[in-house]
Amino acid sequence: MRVTVIDYKAGNVTSVLKALRHLGAEPVVTDSDLSLIARAERIVLPGVGHFAATERLDSTGMTSAIREAVKRGVPFLGICVGMQWLYAGSTEAAGQAGLGCFGEECSRFPEGAEKVPHVGWNSLEVKGSPRLMAGVKDGEYVYFTHSYRAPVGADTAAVANYIEPFAAAVERGNVMGVQFHPEKSGETGLKMLRNFLELER
Amino acid sequence: MLTKRIIACLDVHGGRVVKGVQFVDLVDAGDPAALAARHAREGADEIVLLDITATHEGRQTLLDTVRRTARELFVPFTVGGGIKSAEEAAQVFEAGADKISVNSAALRDPTLISEIGKNFGAQAVVVAIDARRDPEANDPVRDAQAFVQGGRKPAGRRVVEWAREAEERGAGEILLTSMDSDGTRAGFDCELTAAVSEAVNIPVIASGGAGTVAHFADVFGRGKADAALAASIFHFGVSSARSLKEELVAAGVPVRLPC
Repeated sequence: MRVTVIDYKAGNVTSVLKALRHLGAEPVVTDSDLSLIARAERIVLPGVGHFAATERLDSTGMTSAIREAVKRGVPFLGICVGMQWLYAGSTEAAGQAGLGCFGEECSRFPEGAEKVPHVGWNSLEVKGSPRLMAGVKDGEYVYFTHSYRAPVGADTAAVANYIEPFAAAVERGNVMGVQFHPEKSGETGLKMLRNFLELER
Repeated sequence: MLTKRIIACLDVHGGRVVKGVQFVDLVDAGDPAALAARHAREGADEIVLLDITATHEGRQTLLDTVRRTARELFVPFTVGGGIKSAEEAAQVFEAGADKISVNSAALRDPTLISEIGKNFGAQAVVVAIDARRDPEANDPVRDAQAFVQGGRKPAGRRVVEWAREAEERGAGEILLTSMDSDGTRAGFDCELTAAVSEAVNIPVIASGGAGTVAHFADVFGRGKADAALAASIFHFGVSSARSLKEELVAAGVPVRLPC
């Protein structure tokens, strides 16, 4: 299967590639080749770091290419900042628009007694029956590391609680996002990546 | 609910896992890739691999070890020991590490922290601090001193103040090793851990002194640690991460139980 992993030069894609290969996929990586997005059967956008770095997706033309692919129904998975990018934007980089599949805006955890960033294994509460979460039970743990998060909304596929409930995963049609790192979340994470690779179009 | 993390540490020397007492008297404890996989299977939340005698010649051995260990590991994987530059860090990331830990090099050149974070994200930079209480000081805990070169040389920095600076410069986590407790299995230095954890807003991983389940409960409670690291208690089958976690759950500490 042609899985295109997008590298926008703001972090390490090695672990994502390793997990996809472990599951039998043959991922290709691109930081600008629009033809790899046009021909993709799956698109994965891993992301760490600052939301502002997603500007590179716009300047390379990848944003438009991804928008086209998503319109054609190509399954898309955004991870961490890659999930946040599916929203209208983030208060982390005002003026830098996301893809806008989901209308809400991402924002920072409120300051208080708890530490920000939110780092570590937290449990999921699955909402409805999202295809990405098939076989994932309520209370399973996944690994997070982030300071910004999306609000719980109509398309939220799983909720996690840190300081307050937030969207740990989002899914509408074939557009999916996870705030945690499935490639670093043991068997639970691998199960979700397998679900993504095995989606019926 | 966010759980407390149990991190299995592999001290590596020449491609093999070793364990010493207070940084000396090394004994062989096995193959890093096999041990990492075992710990992850048994419920360790993360694996840390520390090259304790990093040398120029050992660099390639380390990268091979990292590559081999990372291959089938699907929990966060941190590598440290002798990483001196952003270029060296990049090689370790490419070999499969999710985070790198820097110690002496960051004390020598604190800009290294932001330099690595710029390319790989703050979450990927762990600043390791080898700490020893200062019995001469007014407050031996608050004035604890940082050491470099595997604990051989005082760095001339106070631990709490250095942890704060590391956070400001973009460290994602602090790995705090109490040299007084390391290898003793007599318990973590909870006072020191709490002093650092209260001073920063990033996670603090407590290290040094793990011996019993009560020690972990203590460092998560009184020590305000976000994570705790242990090596020798796992390697020799004294306790698995799973049995440790089951006992912690019974003691009311939130931890992730493996499926």
